[in-house]
Amino acid sequence: MLDPSVLTRVLDAALRGGGDFAEVFVEDRRSTGARLDDGRVEQVGSGRDRGAGIRVVVGDTTGFAHTADLTDGGLERAARAAGAAARDGGGMVRTVALDDCSRGLAPPAEVLPETVAKADKVELLLRADEAGRAVGGAVSQMTVGYGDSRRRILVANSDGLLVGDDVVRTSLRVSAVAEGDTGMQTGYETVARTVGFELFDEVEVDEVARSASHRALSKLAARPAPTGVMPVVIKAGRGAVLFHEACGHGFEADAIEKRASVFTGKVGEQVASPSVTLVDDGTMSYEWGASAIDDEGAPSARNVLIDEGRLSDYMWDFLRARKAGRPSSGNGRRQSYQHLPMVRMTNTYLLAGEEDPEELVRQTSYGVYVAQINGGEVNTVTGDFVFGMSEAYLIENGEITVPLRAANLIGNGPEVLRNIDAVANDFAMASGGGLCGKNGQSVPVGMGQPTLRVRGMTIGGTAA
Amino acid sequence: MSVDLEELVARIAGQARPGEQVEAYAARGQESDVVVYGGEIESLSTATSEGVGVRVVVDSREGFAYAGSLDPDVVAETLADARDNAAFGTPDEYLGLAEPDGVAPAVLDLWRDEVAGFPPAEKLALAFELERLVLAGDARICSVKSAHYGDTAVQAAIATSTGIARSNRRTGCYLAVVALAAQGEETKSGVGYSVGRGPADLDVTEAAADAVERSTRLLGATKPASGRLPVVFDKRVTTSLLSILAGTMSGDAVLKGRSLFARRMGEKVGVAGLTLVDDPTNPAAYGASPNDSEGLACRRNVLIDDGVLQGFIYNTYAGRRAGRASTASAVRGGFKSTPGIGCRALSLEPGHLDQAGILAQVGDGLLVQSISGVHSGVNAVSGDFSVGAEGVMIRGGEPAEAVREVTIASTLQRMLSGVVAVGNDTEWLPGSAAGVTLAVAEMSLGGA
Repeated sequence: MLDPSVLTRVLDAALRGGGDFAEVFVEDRRSTGARLDDGRVEQVGSGRDRGAGIRVVVGDTTGFAHTADLTDGGLERAARAAGAAARDGGGMVRTVALDDCSRGLAPPAEVLPETVAKADKVELLLRADEAGRAVGGAVSQMTVGYGDSRRRILVANSDGLLVGDDVVRTSLRVSAVAEGDTGMQTGYETVARTVGFELFDEVEVDEVARSASHRALSKLAARPAPTGVMPVVIKAGRGAVLFHEACGHGFEADAIEKRASVFTGKVGEQVASPSVTLVDDGTMSYEWGASAIDDEGAPSARNVLIDEGRLSDYMWDFLRARKAGRPSSGNGRRQSYQHLPMVRMTNTYLLAGEEDPEELVRQTSYGVYVAQINGGEVNTVTGDFVFGMSEAYLIENGEITVPLRAANLIGNGPEVLRNIDAVANDFAMASGGGLCGKNGQSVPVGMGQPTLRVRGMTIGGTAA
Repeated sequence: MSVDLEELVARIAGQARPGEQVEAYAARGQESDVVVYGGEIESLSTATSEGVGVRVVVDSREGFAYAGSLDPDVVAETLADARDNAAFGTPDEYLGLAEPDGVAPAVLDLWRDEVAGFPPAEKLALAFELERLVLAGDARICSVKSAHYGDTAVQAAIATSTGIARSNRRTGCYLAVVALAAQGEETKSGVGYSVGRGPADLDVTEAAADAVERSTRLLGATKPASGRLPVVFDKRVTTSLLSILAGTMSGDAVLKGRSLFARRMGEKVGVAGLTLVDDPTNPAAYGASPNDSEGLACRRNVLIDDGVLQGFIYNTYAGRRAGRASTASAVRGGFKSTPGIGCRALSLEPGHLDQAGILAQVGDGLLVQSISGVHSGVNAVSGDFSVGAEGVMIRGGEPAEAVREVTIASTLQRMLSGVVAVGNDTEWLPGSAAGVTLAVAEMSLGGA
């Protein structure tokens, strides 16, 4: 994207007045989106973002500036601004030599989005609409969204690093509304992977749409969810967001450094039931949070956070790792060139156990079976969370009985980890497409989990 | 050399071919952000971003493209992309850009020159002062996760080949701090902030006190028993509730049968006396704006009048489809998106009691000071409402013990019909709605 000699000059300019570290992050992102709603392809849109973010570190202070102007002059202005922000003055001059170590490390997408006719992308929407409506007359609305993006990045820093990546992501999101005597209900299904258009060779679009419709229809017969604390069985892959949000964030080194996590200072301690092993893994090809390198140029890695209940390590970005005198774990990510990197998760999942998933339900006399969790919110300091159950059923006498209306599930992440009393052998990743928000930045993340049971969680229903 | 936005959008709109409508929306923002931690500067960021979004309507189809650059070659490519994209939409007779409707925009002063000239040293001084005040505010405060000062200055211009040409600009700045409080093994966090259009509006003492209060008040909080009881919402919480309600009043959601208010126009949806208005021409509103995102002058829209559903909000497309004029309620998230529909300055007609008076009236119940899980917990279609809540119990008309990790649930329909009091304490808070104390007769509380 940019010549190494240009990058060298920019890093030199950034450090001209002194500084411990400088970095240039260059990004060129193209995206396409199409949306069908109410039986119409409402719009096809495309976008282009291109620019560079430059940071300079002096002591504990980071200066940052970004620009969409990738000319030599534009880059140099941004470099000087970042440098000036990071220091009061000083005179040390450093010269940077870049090693062009590698580029294009990501498993290449087979079918790049720009090689696919827009008409073929739009065709997917129509197919999903038709398949979803065909499920039943009570399906009154379908919304289908298609999206693809190709993000090319280049990272160069004053340690001599020069590395690039080229990441393609493709997604299809379907939402159905069903109308019955009891009012309207919605159902969702998504498929999203870090691949090109070949996604649709593997994934049956009709099937995605049908499951959204089935979900909406089944909820028409739903009754109000119960209220209070009870056992909860979470279906494989369907509740992984809970562990990402309410546990994973507590393992991010920036929170640890500021003692803003309940897991601070607990390396080696038993923090979860022995059946729990929690991993963050940016190397899981094709999953939504995958990439070859993070946004600071460190290679993606598989990091074990909890090993059989014991806290084994946190996740690290460049700055936090440098302070701790250890290597980055490949978790330095940013939304775009307009943002500073920070510690972020990639694909976070709980490993499978040994029990039979059906047996988990059979052993539960009364509780809730959660088949889909949608968005939620968590206080990362305490781990207190709230999640919406968008598909859930009552468990009565060891059997899944009636569907429940949407309700919230609340609890505390660290407590849930200790209260997991059974883990099944049926691991699944979530369907993808999740965006994790932190300090105003969103990045794509993947997650997964086997069917498991939590001894007690609070259900926020309306049934007395 | 920076490009003149008004000239740029006029030039793009001027390239409309016969039978084609073209809209260009361009924006340029400057922002700065300083973060301090532990008496040291953690980061200083400065940024300028600019870009353009182009919509083309041709043969009753619409296409859109954006670019985060105003380079002439990129702008030309963006217009070409939008044209190309239009070929793939489904033809729809109601598509089309806004046309001038003769309503004059309110004169609003949303720009403060001081923002651009505010020296970095003073920004840092404010952030350090904020951190210091929070740490000194209560013995239980153990640390400050971060203290921020930030500001933005945004200019935007829109022009269409149908005769719209408007521009506006606004500034904003804020102080925000996350405090951590500890007592024994327990740690709680709380966010405090102060916002304004310029540095002079910021109140560092208030932001600090807010964070101290919010981080300490839940120490020792317990989980109450499940049950049904009256609920009073604190101001900040009401702001979120009104924003959710606004989503259900969008003409688009109504047309597509995705609102619990579809087919209920003119019906009683709330208690007598309940009046909900969206008025972006009110200069006191945080979201005040002279024009909407399609270039029409913003105006006062009454949504619920004395408990009766009075109106929905529309952008140009949804209005045409409903056989109505736009209510100038087009909103967009910047140049990267097309105009959606939303409120900017919602408020409930205030009542006569302050919060203490309302608590006395309620007697026993729950005062909710924060809610979470709003986006997953409220269904605009069915009206189902279930969110996480923290706050204090109300006993004998007075605030009593703190409670946490509870859920409150009901439906939006029942909540609106069950409003027993609206406070007289209206305050414009960041977001699209005003805060005010609000009491509802009964909700389900999920606790121990």
